[in-house]
Formats: sequence, structure tokens, C-alpha cells
Amino acid sequence: MAVDAEAQFHVLAVDDSLMDRKLIERLLKTSSFQVTTVDSGSKALEVLGLKEDQTSTSALSPEHNEIEVNLVITDYCMPGMTGYDLLKKIKESSSLKDIPVVIMSSENVPSRINRCLEEGAEEFFLKPVQLSDMRRLRPHILKGKYKEQQLHQEENSNTNHIIVGSSNNNTMSNKRKAMDEEVLSERTRLRFSSSSLNVI
Amino acid sequence: MSLMALRERLNVLVNSMFLEGLLDQQFRQLQMLQDASSPGFVAEVITLFCEDSERMLTELTKLLDQAVVDYQKVDAYVHQLKGSSSSVGAQNVKLACIQFKQFCEENNKEGCLSALNMVKHQYYSLRSKFDTMLQLEQRIQAYDSEQQN
Repeated sequence: MAVDAEAQFHVLAVDDSLMDRKLIERLLKTSSFQVTTVDSGSKALEVLGLKEDQTSTSALSPEHNEIEVNLVITDYCMPGMTGYDLLKKIKESSSLKDIPVVIMSSENVPSRINRCLEEGAEEFFLKPVQLSDMRRLRPHILKGKYKEQQLHQEENSNTNHIIVGSSNNNTMSNKRKAMDEEVLSERTRLRFSSSSLNVI
Repeated sequence: MSLMALRERLNVLVNSMFLEGLLDQQFRQLQMLQDASSPGFVAEVITLFCEDSERMLTELTKLLDQAVVDYQKVDAYVHQLKGSSSSVGAQNVKLACIQFKQFCEENNKEGCLSALNMVKHQYYSLRSKFDTMLQLEQRIQAYDSEQQN
């Protein structure tokens, strides 16, 4: 079940400006991504299978969602739900929290950038977004998929059992999340050193 | 006019726009994104930009015509216009918007009115050149599709 590095990944782009949606769509398609664009945070949540007041998607498990989104890229300044609000909703959702989120903004405001990164955004792009910025997206998607695989392998093994991503709802701070991730990677490192199997 | 002559004319036009500061490097990015799979990309973006901008200029004119100006609304539109002009590479328009934003933040009505006029001036200068550009593009595309048939 290796991750195919050439696989076409699906990016959901959120921006209230039609022009910017056209632009980001072209940038993403030129970079070999599949693209869906929406003009608001609430529409984005719909595409992701989440209603605004839910924290988990409906009865269908993630693997059965018709639309699998590998990364969300969103404008910060939008009327109604801002990109920050959308980011929060995604990170608070048990089913969506592992989807990498990238924020775009026309304004370089350090406090804004920090706020987003602290809330779990992978990156912050300054607008206008460049073609070279697109290259920074794939590593975030692959990193997420790698972790996902590690999780599945851990779950399948008889010896190590790790429970990650328990009921969240704001009780998990980012620091603790970072620590959990460290523990996870440490264990996998030990596994790899003790056995030469399972090379990705 | 031959295809080569059309292309030459378009190049000269675009280069002069760069030299005059009407366009900046962002426009080059847009040109790079146009290819065989999306031959009309630049034209599409320019058209969207013009539609968007004229809509916002109309709204801004209305807002500044009020006895009591709602600067929050004005700021929101100027922010949008600044964003669009930045995305399309419309340098002079963008710079005029930045100045506009300043006056808006100061709630300076006179300043806003003069800034709006400057934005309009820059926008319409750009618009007329964009029109010529699009016409040339169309004629070039017509040649290309003729040759493919």
C-alpha cells in the first residue's frame, strides 16, 4: 500500500474572489492537482462532508466519501466564515483534522500568520500566489499520507497499539498534539531499526 | 496583417506597459500559466478583472457620495480592488489603491475622493490598453485555430 508519489491529489481551494479562484485553479492544475473551487467556508465544509454545526462527518467513514480532499487551500479574508474559522472547524473535526490546510492572504501580518500556524495551518502563502508556491504543497500531502499509513500499520500490528486522535473538541492543545506525533515517530523509528521490513 | 506582425505588435504593447509601470511581474506569471490546454487564460483573467473593478468603482463612487461616509464599506471595496489588481499585475492601479486605503483609514473624505479619481484614472488607462491587447490576442487565436484546421 505504498503512496504513489505521482498520484493525482485533490485540492479544495476556497476564495470569495472569482478572479483569485480562476488563478489558484490554474496554478493547481498546472501543477498536476485535481481541483475543486468554492467561494465560501461554508461551501467548503459541505464539500468536505461536514455541516457547520457538526464536528464529525455523517455515518459514512472517510474512505467512503465520494470526494476525497487531500489538501485545503483557503483565503484568509472572506465574508462570513474567514479562512481562520474554516481552519479551526477542520482541525476540530475528528474526521477532517488530518487534512493539511494552507492559508493565503494579501496582507503580511505576523500575528495573523502565527495565529494560523498555531491553529494547525501547514503554511501561509502571501498573495498573489506563485507557481513556485505550488511545489510546497505536495510534501504536506505526502507527510499526512505517510502518517496515515504508519497509523494503519500500527493498528494492524499485534505488539504496538497506539491510540491517536482521541475525542478532541478543543481539549487537545497543539503542544500535546505535537508531542503525540513525536512519540508516534519515535516508535516507528524503533520498529524500522529492529526490522528491515516495511520499507516504503 | 500576418500572424508574425500581430504577435510583434502584441509584444511591443505588453513591453511598453511594463516599462510604463502599468504592469508588473505578476502579469508575467499569468502569461506563463497560459498554454495549449488553456489558451484563453490571460484574456479570461483580464476580463474578470475589468468586470470586477468597474463594479467596485461604481460602488465606491456611490459610497463616497453619501453625506456620511461608511468607511468600513469603502475600505472593504478598496481592499478587494487592491487584491484583484495585485493578482492581475496591474501595478499602477494597485499603488493607487494603497494610497486610497491610507486615506480611508484616516477617514479623510477629501483624500478618499482624490484617491478614487486617481484609481479611476489608472484603471481606465490600463483598460484601454487591455482592450487592444485582447483584440490582438483574439486575432492571433483566430490564426492559430485556422492553421490547425
